[in-house]
Amino acid sequence: MNKLRSVGRAAITAIVALAAWQVIVSLTGAPAYVLPSPARVAVAWVTRSGYLLDNALVTATEIVAGLLIGGTLGIVSALAVATLAPARRWLMPVLVVSQAVPVFALAPILVLWFGYGMASKIAMATLIIYFPVAAAFLDGLRRTEPGWLDMARVMTGNARPWAVVRYVRVPAALPALASGLRVAAAVAPIGAVIGEWVGSGAGLGYAMLHANGRMQTDLMFAALATLAVLALAVYYGVDWALRRAISWQPDSAAIFDQQGS
Amino acid sequence: MQLPFPWAPAPASMVAPPAIRVTGASLHYHGHPVFDDLDAEFAAGSWTCVLGPSGTGKSSLLRVIAGLAADASGTVTTADGAPMRGLVGFMDQRDLLLPWLSAIDNVLIGARLRGEHPDEERAAAVLAAVGLGAAKTLRPAELSGGMRQRVALARTLMEDRPVVLMDEPFTAVDALTRIRLQELARTMLAGRTVIMVTHDPWEALRLADCTQVMTGTPARLLAPTVVPGLSPRDITKPKIVALYRDLLAAMDGAP
Repeated sequence: MNKLRSVGRAAITAIVALAAWQVIVSLTGAPAYVLPSPARVAVAWVTRSGYLLDNALVTATEIVAGLLIGGTLGIVSALAVATLAPARRWLMPVLVVSQAVPVFALAPILVLWFGYGMASKIAMATLIIYFPVAAAFLDGLRRTEPGWLDMARVMTGNARPWAVVRYVRVPAALPALASGLRVAAAVAPIGAVIGEWVGSGAGLGYAMLHANGRMQTDLMFAALATLAVLALAVYYGVDWALRRAISWQPDSAAIFDQQGS
Repeated sequence: MQLPFPWAPAPASMVAPPAIRVTGASLHYHGHPVFDDLDAEFAAGSWTCVLGPSGTGKSSLLRVIAGLAADASGTVTTADGAPMRGLVGFMDQRDLLLPWLSAIDNVLIGARLRGEHPDEERAAAVLAAVGLGAAKTLRPAELSGGMRQRVALARTLMEDRPVVLMDEPFTAVDALTRIRLQELARTMLAGRTVIMVTHDPWEALRLADCTQVMTGTPARLLAPTVVPGLSPRDITKPKIVALYRDLLAAMDGAP
């Protein structure tokens, strides 16, 4: 019932926003190449759906590959830093510096190195995903309830630190990892699209630039809408998977969840 | 006497419960001595309650005995000088159940951590013995506070250590549940060397064979008092009420 109600609310919000958009277009008489009406965008979306879908698939692939690679690297780094003293000394500065360099500034270099194809966009998405995942998981691994560690110490005589990592510290850090992955899922499309803007021959970012260059503003808006749908799908897909994986955590609410829904 | 469960009093697999000797234990907390050069002895196979006002260092003493106080000095051995390693089980005021594991997996966590074969049959039997046979697949969030503490007791029993240390294990539950848990623990842990920290003299007088009052800064242990009669006791008996007054006076620092 609550779910139905929140879907209903979202639908009403969308209808009001679209109506406001149409009113602005009618009142200002803005030319279609500046602000196309919702109807024009819808027409562009339908007539060019094949083109948009092809490009969306490219961007989606970049995002998912970035999530897998960046997520894996982030998880491995956090585990290493949390459990191995040398990793703490050597990897921690890398982790911090990786955030000091603005990832967007690296986009041209990545395109130069990895070419105009998907690889440079995947690298971009990986870089942007790596830090939130590594930082959140590391934080979780460091905040294990001290009582659980004491209990494990008494049970094992402090002799099996890896078993404690496996059976206590990692599971305890999973909710933190999940919030990192949710943030990663939310920012991943940014990485892919920035990469496409800098240089590419396919993807929704490319489609937007291309349409913009030809004054096909309606198509540009349609690509933007497609990107929004894709970003939401990625976010809620990741959120759904995480909720299933960590069903014991009652507060693993999505960042975008409304209060009391 | 018929034993309710084969493992309750000193099962065959377990070494005979030893007496415990603490020698010259010192512990400082932010530069202030919690206790200094403290000696203590706890009788073999008997239930000792360490009493004292909050913040005297009872829990710290328990942590020293459990080997959890890294910054403490002094030695803890059995009465014949053997090391404590592998002899101790610990039960905290908080249940410390892992929220992602079912009750039975929480009971088996010790075996998993040690890389031993998890004996699910015995874990199920121990859970049944604490009255949670039907709840073994439930997660901690699905259990009441009293049930969770019973799972924690089952986990302690599953560890099957000859020495069991308990830090106010029954304070977080309501009065009726507390009395049931006390009786359950008393039955299940009979024959082991138990040291239980509590701030409640009634609890000590219900359960303990012997009480020791910890008081002062730095804290010291007063001479132990043997509580007469078999526990769990009726705490309304005049003899016990008299002991209660003595304990309160001792905790208050009266000579």
